[in-house]
Amino acid sequence: MRSVIEQDVLERVLGTALRAGGDFAEVYAEDKSSTSAGLDDGKVEQVTSGRDRGAGIRVVRGETTGFAYTADLSEKGLRAAAEAAGAVAAQGGGGTRTVGLTRQAPHPVNVVEVYPDTVSKSAKVALLQRIDDAARSAGAAIGQVSAGYGDSRKRIIVANSDGLLAEDEQVRHLLRISVVANGDAGMQTGFESLGHTIGFEVFDANDVEELARRAAQQAITKLRARPAPSGSIPVVIKAGSGGVLFHEACGHGLEADLVGKNASVYAGKVGQQVASPLVTLVDDGTMAGEWGAIGIDDEGHPSQYNELIKDGVLTDYMWDHLRARKEGHAHSGNGRRQSYMHLPMVRMTNTYVLNGTETPEDIIRNTPNGVYVAKLGGGSVNTASGDFVFGMTEAYLIENGEITEPLREGNLIGNGPQVLRDIEALGNDFAMGNPGTCGKDGQGVPVGDGQPTLRVKTMTIGGTAA
Amino acid sequence: MSTIKEIAPELQAIADRVIAQAGKGEQIEAYVARGRETDIRIYEGEVEHFVSAQSEGIGIRVIREGRTGFAYAGTLDDDAIASVLADARDNVAFGTPDEWAGLAEADGVPVVAQELWSDALAAYATDGKIELAKELERLTRGADSRVRVDDANYSDASGEAAVASTSGIRVSGRENGCYCSVSTLADDGDETQTGFGFAVGRSPQEFDLAKAAREAADRATRLLGAVKPPSKKITVVLDPYVTAQFLGVLSSALNGENVAKGRSLFANRVGESVASPLFTLVDDPTNPKAYTATDIDGEGLAARRNALIDGGVLQGFVHSSYSARRAGTKSTGNAVRGGFEGTPGVGCLAMQLQPGTRSQAELIADVDDGVLIQSVQGLHSGVNAISGDFSTGASGLLISNGQLGGPVREFTIASTLQRMLHDIVEVGGDVDWLPMRAAGVSLVIRDLTMSGA
Repeated sequence: MRSVIEQDVLERVLGTALRAGGDFAEVYAEDKSSTSAGLDDGKVEQVTSGRDRGAGIRVVRGETTGFAYTADLSEKGLRAAAEAAGAVAAQGGGGTRTVGLTRQAPHPVNVVEVYPDTVSKSAKVALLQRIDDAARSAGAAIGQVSAGYGDSRKRIIVANSDGLLAEDEQVRHLLRISVVANGDAGMQTGFESLGHTIGFEVFDANDVEELARRAAQQAITKLRARPAPSGSIPVVIKAGSGGVLFHEACGHGLEADLVGKNASVYAGKVGQQVASPLVTLVDDGTMAGEWGAIGIDDEGHPSQYNELIKDGVLTDYMWDHLRARKEGHAHSGNGRRQSYMHLPMVRMTNTYVLNGTETPEDIIRNTPNGVYVAKLGGGSVNTASGDFVFGMTEAYLIENGEITEPLREGNLIGNGPQVLRDIEALGNDFAMGNPGTCGKDGQGVPVGDGQPTLRVKTMTIGGTAA
Repeated sequence: MSTIKEIAPELQAIADRVIAQAGKGEQIEAYVARGRETDIRIYEGEVEHFVSAQSEGIGIRVIREGRTGFAYAGTLDDDAIASVLADARDNVAFGTPDEWAGLAEADGVPVVAQELWSDALAAYATDGKIELAKELERLTRGADSRVRVDDANYSDASGEAAVASTSGIRVSGRENGCYCSVSTLADDGDETQTGFGFAVGRSPQEFDLAKAAREAADRATRLLGAVKPPSKKITVVLDPYVTAQFLGVLSSALNGENVAKGRSLFANRVGESVASPLFTLVDDPTNPKAYTATDIDGEGLAARRNALIDGGVLQGFVHSSYSARRAGTKSTGNAVRGGFEGTPGVGCLAMQLQPGTRSQAELIADVDDGVLIQSVQGLHSGVNAISGDFSTGASGLLISNGQLGGPVREFTIASTLQRMLHDIVEVGGDVDWLPMRAAGVSLVIRDLTMSGA
C-alpha cells in the first residue's frame, strides 16, 4: 500500500504548522474511492463513481485549535494549509521545530478478501436486481421497492508532532432496502439494511434476498396494524434492534468532550451505580467486520475494547486526543471524524450490551401486557437532560405474555438515566443491529450497536390509541 | 445562484470544456463548484477552534439511449476531470433505460433576480468575526444567572458554481451568507435543560445578537421544573419554529418524484380537499424575505412561485425536469442539488403558509385545554410521510382556559398527517422568516393525542 503522503513531506509540513507557535500539530490525509448504485421503481437509476482526497491539518495551542483543509496534496498545498491552521495558534514566539516521525505497527482489525475495485459494476448492480425481484415476489401488496448499494475504499494516514505516524485502510459495503406496501387503509413501509467493514464477500455470507423479503414482510404486516398505544407501558426490545437505545440513552453522555463541559447527565458519576446491575456496556472498535470497526481511529490510535458500564456501575468515558491530554487520561481510540474536512472529536464505534441470562421466550412470557419492539428507527438525545426519542418501525402488542397484533409507527421516548435503571430483564441472545450513521455537531460517522432481548419497566409510547 | 453571466468565468470555462467533448447521441451536464468557509467556536471567552478552508469539485452526468451515469471528484485538476468524465461514461452502461431520462431544457420562464452576494461579508475582517462570537457568548451569559454557555459560534460560507449542458443550459453564480449561534445549559439543582439561539444574515451587520442571546437563555430556562404531563386528547398550538419543521415534513408528500413513484399520500388527490379551508400553502423562492430565496434551481431553470394547496384544496406538486416528464407536465423549477457529489433531486425551496391575522397570545386565549409546543424532538424518526403516521417527542407549556400554565416535557404528540391537516383550526399572523426551507407561523391543531405519564 503506497502512502497517501510520503513521510519526509509530513515531517516538513508539521514543522511548518508549528512555526508560528503551538504545542501540537497533526496532519490527517485520506484518499477514498467509492461506488454507489440506486434502484428505484424497477430501474437502476444510475451508477455513481466518487473520488474524495484531501488533508486536514490542525494546530493546537493551549485550549485553542486552528484547522484548515485542502484537496491539494502536493507539499505546497499542504504547507499552505499548515500555515492557515498555524496562524490561529500564533503568539509572537514560534521558531523552528523539527518533527521526527515513527511509523506505528499496523493494527489490522477487519480482514478484507474481495476489494470493491476488483468487482465488476454489473455484479454490484445485479445485487439490486435480485433485491427488487425478491421484495416484489413477497406479495401483490408490494407497490414500490427502492434499493441502494454503496462501497468505499479509504486509505488514511495520520502524523502528529508527538512523532506518531499511522496508516489504515477502511473498506465498507452497505445495502439499503425500502419497500412500500399498498392496502385498503393507505400505504405502509418496510426497511432493512446491511453494512460491514469487509469486502464484497459480505454478500456471500448474507442472504440479500432474505433481507429484501423481510423488508417487504414488514410493510405488508403493518397494513393490518392498529394504532400504537399512548402512555407509559412495559417495553420488550428484540435482540439486535435496540442497541440504538444505549447509543442515545447513555452512549453520547459518556463522550468525554460533553462530560468535560458538564453537558452530560453522567458527568462526575464514575464509580457510581448508573444502571440496573444487569447492564454491562462496552464500546468496541475492534469488533471485526462490524460497521463501527476500525483499525486505528482518525487520530492514529489503535481501536480498543472499552468497558463503559460494568454491572451497572460507570467505569469510564470515551476519549479523544484533546480531552485525554487535558485530563491526563489515556486516549481510548474514540477520536473520529467524517472526513478530512472535519475536526476529530469523541465518537462511539460499536456500542453494545453484553448478554444476560434469561431466554427471550421467558422475558416475553413474563410480560403480562406491553409492547414488543422488533425494529427501532433513528433516534436522538439531549445529553444534558438525558431525554431521548426514537422511532419504532416494527412493533407488536404483548397481551397475556404473548406477542399479538402489529402496531403502526410511533415514537418511543424516555429519560436515559431512568431507562438504564429500569432495565429489569436481560436475555442471553445477543445480536448486533443494523449499520448506523451517528450524527454529532454536523458530522456523520459509521457506528454499530447491539444488545440481547431486554425489558424496560415502562417507557412512553407516542401512539394515538387510548 | 445568481444568473449574472460569467460571474464565475473560470468554473464556467471548465464546465464548457467538459460538455464540448460530448459525442454523437450523448447528453452531458457538468456542474462545477468552489466554496470557502470560516467556522469559529468560542468557549469561556477563548477561541476553541478556528476553521478556515476551501473546497472544490465537479460532478458530471452522462445520458445515452435513456441510460444515466454519474461521477464526481473533490478536485478540479485536469487529470481528475478527465477521469470523472471517463467514469461517468463507463457508468452509463449499467443504468436501466428510462424513457424519461434527460436534462433540463430552457423553458423561457424569466428569472427573478435576488441579492445573494454581500460584498460587506466578503470584506469582513477575521478578528471581527471572532469578536461577534465572543460578544454573543457574553450577552448570553448575562441574560440569566442560571445559564451556562455550551458554545458560541460564528460561521460563514461563500460559494460559486457553474452549470453547462448539451441541452443548452449555461449559468453561473455566487452566493454567501453567515450566522452566529449559541448553545446554552440552564441548571437548577440536579436538573439541566438546554437551549439555543441564532442570528442569520447576508452580512454580520444584519445580526441581532441580543435577540439570539435572549432566546437561547429563554429556551433553556423555560423548561426548568417541567413535568411529564398526563396522556389525553388535546389541542396544540405550534410555535412558528415548530410549524416550519412540520411543513418540512409535509414537503416530501408534495414532491412530484415521490408522487410518481407511489410514495406520497397526496397521489391522485389534486383538486380534492386535503386540509382545512384555512390552509393555503405556496412554494415561493422568488420572495426575497424567504431565507432560502433563490433565482435558479439545481438544473439551471428559473425558480418560481408554485401554488401547492389553496383553501385546503390540493393544487399540484413540485417537479424537476425528470419528474415533470414522468408526470406529463413541465418542470416547476424545483430541482435541488446538494453539491457536486450528486445529481439533482426534487424539493420545495421556500414554503410559506398564508398567515391569518391574530397574534399567538390571541390564539392561546381561545384554547381551553391545550399545550403550546415550543420544540419537537425526533421528527425524523417518528413521522412517516408515506403512511402519514405522525408521532414526535415534544416540550412546551400547558394551556388551560386560555392561560399559559407550567412547563411540560418528555411527552409525545401524535396523529396522522392526513387528520392533522383537516384539524387545523387557526393560522396565526406571526410570520417568522426562519433560516429553513419554510417560513414559520403559529398554528392551532385540535385532537392530537398527548402521551405522557
